[in-house]
Amino acid sequence: MLEFNLQLRRGEFALDMQAQMTQPITLILGASGSGKSTLLALLAGLLKAESGHFILNQNMLLDVKSKINQPTHLRRIGLMWQDGQLFPHLTVQHNIEYGYRLLKPAQRQIQPKPLIELLEIGHLLQRRSRHLSGGEKQRVALCRTLLASPRLLLLDEPLTALNPALKQPILAFLKTIPAQFGIPLLYVTHQREDSEFLAGELWTCESGRLTQL
Amino acid sequence: MTLSPDELQAVWLSVKVASFCVLLGVLPAIALAWLLARCEFWGKSLVEALVFLPLVLPPVVPGYLLLLLFGRQGMIGSWLDQYGIQVAFHWTGAVLASLLMCLPLFVQSIRLSLQQQDIRLEQAAQLLGASQFRVFLTITLPLCWSGILVGAVLAFGRSLGEFGATITFVGNINGETRTLPLAIYSAIQNPEGETLALRLIALSVCLAFAALLVGNWLNQRQQSRLGHRHA
Repeated sequence: MLEFNLQLRRGEFALDMQAQMTQPITLILGASGSGKSTLLALLAGLLKAESGHFILNQNMLLDVKSKINQPTHLRRIGLMWQDGQLFPHLTVQHNIEYGYRLLKPAQRQIQPKPLIELLEIGHLLQRRSRHLSGGEKQRVALCRTLLASPRLLLLDEPLTALNPALKQPILAFLKTIPAQFGIPLLYVTHQREDSEFLAGELWTCESGRLTQL
Repeated sequence: MTLSPDELQAVWLSVKVASFCVLLGVLPAIALAWLLARCEFWGKSLVEALVFLPLVLPPVVPGYLLLLLFGRQGMIGSWLDQYGIQVAFHWTGAVLASLLMCLPLFVQSIRLSLQQQDIRLEQAAQLLGASQFRVFLTITLPLCWSGILVGAVLAFGRSLGEFGATITFVGNINGETRTLPLAIYSAIQNPEGETLALRLIALSVCLAFAALLVGNWLNQRQQSRLGHRHA
């Protein structure tokens, strides 16, 4: 499903990660500064590896040797950060439709209405992001990301800033995504309880290297 | 206070020159600001120095350089002359002189706004499938709207007050290139022109003040839309 071998050096920090991930949910545990977020940025195409390759569902997205590097906007990889990154000048409705509208009708695997209901954000559609709570922002960001029908969903500690009461329902929803929408998850966190709840394939990240547990 | 036809003409010409200066300057200013804020390339310092040079040069210098280039015997001016286009000693030349002098302020406002933007919003848009050009149009540009607005107001104000480069390049021709500052200068040169000069100065202050107020109001509206301040 997901195979990569990536190298990147940034000052003192050197990232050298290889992995084959075949499970619907993969978790990477690691402390801050271990290279988890850098790995996700490399997979999403936001950073360019110095050497290596990245294959997703038998599609070569990056091969430095053969000069293959699919641009970010064509990779169809979703990435969610801790702060949601909602567009402040757009309403919630326009935020969630942003990626959906860019897809050809045949590429739209997920329809807005049922997802909006599932995430319980119907009452927020006309609001702007500044009027949303932390949990609402993350639900809207998740809806926006899923509506872009990604082939892989990367989650960069998306729930760290939320209190347990807000976090739990979103975590439970995330767990259902692979089965419900057929989208594999790669979840990066430093909180062991998240990984226990999601119960996926577990890797650890330390000083720019990955190890399977 | 009623205005004489000459005064009216000076006001109208000043507003016309400043408006054209903003309209013609906005695209180059955005392009230059984006280049300086987001790109790393060989010769960037040189481009930066060239853009900001008019800020530190005596205004007469850019005016004279424009005259050398766009005068009838100048490299560009002689070429334009073949097509019947005259820039020197023409109101369009006043626009060009103003544009050169106010471009640094325009560029700097937009550049600061671009530098303050959270780059991850643009990355989020790319991840949702938007090409770089679409990201620029739908995310970058709307989010630096206040920088563009502040730049436009500053450019408009700077253009209203432009004197040195204008008088050197296009002269002080009544009805053609005599903008408000040049009209004030002419009035001061005249021993009986003190009252006229004072009237024109009052007009000048009112115009600049109105431009700043409108700019400030538009900026506050935008800031409250983005949630940076309460509406």
